[in-house]
Amino acid sequence: MAASRDIAIRVPVLARVEGEGGLEIDIHDGRIRDLKLRIFEPPRFFEKLVEGRDHTEVPDLVARICGICPVAYQMSAVHALEGIFGIDPGPWVRAMRRVFYCGEWLESHNLHIHLLAAPDYFGYASVLELAGEYPEEVRRGLRLQRLGNDILRLFGGRSVHPVGARVGGFHHAPGMEQVAQLRAELRDALPLAEALVQWTASLALPHHSQEFVSVALRHGQEYPFNEGRLVASDGLDIPIDAYEEHFTEEHLAHSTALHGRYHGSPYLVGPLARVNLNWDRLPAQVRGNAERAGVVFPSDNMFHSIIARAIEVHFALVEALRVLDDYALPDRPYVEAIPRAGVGFGCTEAPRGMLWQRWETDGEGRIRAARIVPPTSQNQPRMEEDLRLSLEALGLEHSDDSLRLRAEMVIRNYDPCISCATHFLKLQTRRS
Amino acid sequence: MIPTAARPTLAIHKFSSCDGCQLALLNLGEGLLDLARMVDIRHFVEAGPMDEEASVDIALVEGCISTAEEAERIRRVRANSRYLIAIGACATSGGVQALRNLHDAGAWTADIYAHPQYIDVLANATSLADRVRVDCELYGCPVNGHQVLAAVRSLLSGVTPLNDRDKLCAECKRRHNVCVMVARGLPCMGPVTATGCGVLCPTLGRDCYGCYGPAENVNSAALGRQLEAEGMSKEARAGRFLFIHSNAPEFASGGSSGED
Repeated sequence: MAASRDIAIRVPVLARVEGEGGLEIDIHDGRIRDLKLRIFEPPRFFEKLVEGRDHTEVPDLVARICGICPVAYQMSAVHALEGIFGIDPGPWVRAMRRVFYCGEWLESHNLHIHLLAAPDYFGYASVLELAGEYPEEVRRGLRLQRLGNDILRLFGGRSVHPVGARVGGFHHAPGMEQVAQLRAELRDALPLAEALVQWTASLALPHHSQEFVSVALRHGQEYPFNEGRLVASDGLDIPIDAYEEHFTEEHLAHSTALHGRYHGSPYLVGPLARVNLNWDRLPAQVRGNAERAGVVFPSDNMFHSIIARAIEVHFALVEALRVLDDYALPDRPYVEAIPRAGVGFGCTEAPRGMLWQRWETDGEGRIRAARIVPPTSQNQPRMEEDLRLSLEALGLEHSDDSLRLRAEMVIRNYDPCISCATHFLKLQTRRS
Repeated sequence: MIPTAARPTLAIHKFSSCDGCQLALLNLGEGLLDLARMVDIRHFVEAGPMDEEASVDIALVEGCISTAEEAERIRRVRANSRYLIAIGACATSGGVQALRNLHDAGAWTADIYAHPQYIDVLANATSLADRVRVDCELYGCPVNGHQVLAAVRSLLSGVTPLNDRDKLCAECKRRHNVCVMVARGLPCMGPVTATGCGVLCPTLGRDCYGCYGPAENVNSAALGRQLEAEGMSKEARAGRFLFIHSNAPEFASGGSSGED
């Protein structure tokens, strides 16, 4: 009978995730006996590569951790370094950094929704197949993705490893005409983003409630990008420099990556965690559109992540417009950094979730030490927990193919960015 | 549309990297759909199609070789591909990861990981060409979609892809930018760096940091002397060269004149 069969499901390479990972599940007597999310990405030693480098080189170095979310790595780092040097770049830089981040969310979220996640819900293997059947939806997604890239280019010259960010602000202020043109395109795209939220809510998403703790930044007035306190759905509310008192990373011998834990347990970071904890910080028009889609937040259905992502796409457009509507050229787009020795912390909301960093400099502004905690390593224990719960809820009697498909959907749902390889290891699968 | 069987085949492979060069394709927008009409994409894990061992006409390869498994896998990719194009800094010089070649990677592993015995890395991160024959190298950290599409279109037309290694400095002059080195004394790498990015950094008012790798016929020592004349320490001058393409032969000397 089905319940007593021994099944070993091997997904040697996961498609449509960033970076390379695989999954192994062993089922025995109707229970999951062993489940491992394997990360193949070789370590790239970024925390060591930055040691001894000048602080001015840091934004260009940390960008290379991830081609999909370079801005996140840059933003956490520059905030930490500015904290050490005791500089405040002022309101113009602060506002433009929010817009810059909007660009990255638009680029990354639309890439994930359309190219990586959506094919699952229509039974296709790739966006190329999806585009044959749903050309309008795919084109809409590509256009929203392009707008994100346009914002990144406006501030950084290019969307992958943009060159505009520096400690103290930006190297360059976009011109009035360029901003006016972009503003018009963003405004035209608002109905597309509204429709995207409705579309994601209409997908055949599995219904499955789970208990999990959401963790995200929370700011007094705004939906969070670069500033705020770290909060959790169980009531935690701490300044970012107290992170290490509550969160740990473990290097498990049987595992391929450092596992993030909050008070010893798995936790969730990312769009669903952010929307769950910051729903009241979303502008009324974003909330209203989401409410019309009929989904209620906070949500305990992990599959609502794709809707949360779409809501953040809508928010990013609205927020970029809000800031750019008052755009004016600054006297200078940065403040000069005067280096000094110290320790600083940066925590910003990468597309995939909270990205925490700790930096230490010497008196010349050279890097003594860095610690970088990417969102995917924080989510890894949650992903494994979710996989166990989701597959058992689906029913282990299903065919191997159904289980494999569901497992892949569960993993993709977290938009794991395995290339953020600061901590990811390659497992030696053959040991004697 | 050309029937699948008649279309040339394409594979995109990833080695140690940040995925940013594959984004040159994923960020093409409708261009990606056009590409899929021109060629039959057989292997592109990040986009979905998966057939790692497929024999293809063109393989685009991102990333450097940094583990024993990768050293073995790149040989298989080479054997399965008519043309192998290295895309991006990691594939062409080892990229930013190659900075570890200047240090003891084993000690670093022990510093970072609680169980270093589970880490499999080679002492040095290297380019693809250090391991296998490469038909074309597209520098850039990251490469951009135009470069990649132009190379693919050239090969499809039976033409050797153009590899423009003119100096960034020359293109910057043609654009009438004010020189950030002359006017502001910034340590610009434009005189030794290849063009291809679109002169992004000087156009934004900052110094080029060499992410497109060495240009042809460069005089690294002369630039090194100039940087020191501008007041840079030997250490800082070396750091300018030993950055994104530290393992490229023209940059590996750190702009030294041989005196340090």
